[in-house]
Amino acid sequence: MTVALDAKDIAGRVDGAVPGSVVESTVECILVDAGSLPAVAAFLRDTEDLKFDYLNYITAVDYYSYFEVVYRMTSLVHNHSVVVKTRCYDREKPAVPSVVGLWQTADFQEREIYDLMGIAFEGHPNMRRIFLWDGFPGHPLRKDYLQ
Amino acid sequence: MEVSRNREYIYSQDELDRYEGRVIEELKANSTEPIPDPDEWLDEELKRNVLVTTVDAVINWGRRSSLWTAICFPACCAFELIAVNGPRFDLSRFGMEILRASPRQADLMITAGTMTWKMAPNVRRIYNQMPEPKWVIAMGACAISGGIFRSSYNVVPGYNKIIPVDVYVPGCPPRPEALIYGIQKLQQKIAKAPVLPDLPKSLRKGKQE
Repeated sequence: MTVALDAKDIAGRVDGAVPGSVVESTVECILVDAGSLPAVAAFLRDTEDLKFDYLNYITAVDYYSYFEVVYRMTSLVHNHSVVVKTRCYDREKPAVPSVVGLWQTADFQEREIYDLMGIAFEGHPNMRRIFLWDGFPGHPLRKDYLQ
Repeated sequence: MEVSRNREYIYSQDELDRYEGRVIEELKANSTEPIPDPDEWLDEELKRNVLVTTVDAVINWGRRSSLWTAICFPACCAFELIAVNGPRFDLSRFGMEILRASPRQADLMITAGTMTWKMAPNVRRIYNQMPEPKWVIAMGACAISGGIFRSSYNVVPGYNKIIPVDVYVPGCPPRPEALIYGIQKLQQKIAKAPVLPDLPKSLRKGKQE
C-alpha cells in the first residue's frame, strides 16, 4: 500500500530548497506559489529520498474567487505519495506553469483542464482544446458557465 | 393391445427365409399401381390461377426482409442492441442480424446512444456513405431528444437534428422487445413506400408549379 506522506514534513524541506514557495501546508497537502511550481516539482521529482517519478493526475477546482490546480504524485521507488496544490486568482486569464517537461502524463491532462476550466498552462508545447471543438464558446466546467 | 393370432413363429433359418420371401411377394403383388400424389389438386389450382402483384410490393418485400445495420453505437443502448442480436432475442428471425462495419454495405442505421457534437460530423458522414435507400431508427431517449443530457453543452439534442429519422424507439435504454417492435414498424413503413422516386420537376406532366 502506498504511504501518504505527511505533507507538513515535506513542506519544510520544499521551503528550504525553494525559499518562499510554500504558502500553506496541512497534513494532506502542500499549497505552493504558482510562480515557483516548476522548481518545487523538479525538487520533488529529483531529490533522492523523495523521488516522485510518477504523476497520478492533475485536476482543477473552481472556488469562485480562485482556481485551484491539484497535483498528486507518487514515488514508484519508495512507494509513497503526496498532494501539491497551487492557486491562481485571475479569472479572466488564469495561468499556471506547465509540468510537461517533468512528467509526460501532464500533457493531455493540462489540455483537458485548459479545455474545460480555462486555465492556460505556460510552457505547454500544444496548448489547445482536447475534448471540445475549436471555437467553442467558454469553458463549461467553470461554476459561472451558462449555456 | 390386440395380439395377432396369425403370427408365425419362426424357429429355423429355412422358415425365416420362406417367411421373408412370402412378405416380399405379397408386397410386390400389391404394388403394381403408382400411388397418386396427395397434393395433385394443388397443381391443378395453380394451373388455373395467375398470381398478380405490383413491382413495388415485390421490391419492398426484398428491401424490408434483409435490413443490414451500419454500426453507430456510441453509448449504452448498444448493449441492448447486442442482446437483440444475441441468441435470446434473436433478431435473425426477421432476417436482419447482420451488422456491417462498412456503411457502404448497410441500409439501416440504428443510433444506439448519446451523440456529442464532436462526433456528429462523423455520424453524418457515415449516413451519407450509406447507399440509397436507407433508413434510420433512433433508439433510446438520447437518440430521440438528447435524453437526460439534453441541456448539456456538448450533446446533440436528438439525431433528427443531423440526419433524418424514420422510427423512434423510446426507452432508457429500450428493452430488446421494444427495438424489435420498432424494426417491425420500420418494415411496415418500408412496405408502404413507393419504389420509384418522384420525377424531377422538369419531367413532370400536368401540374406545373
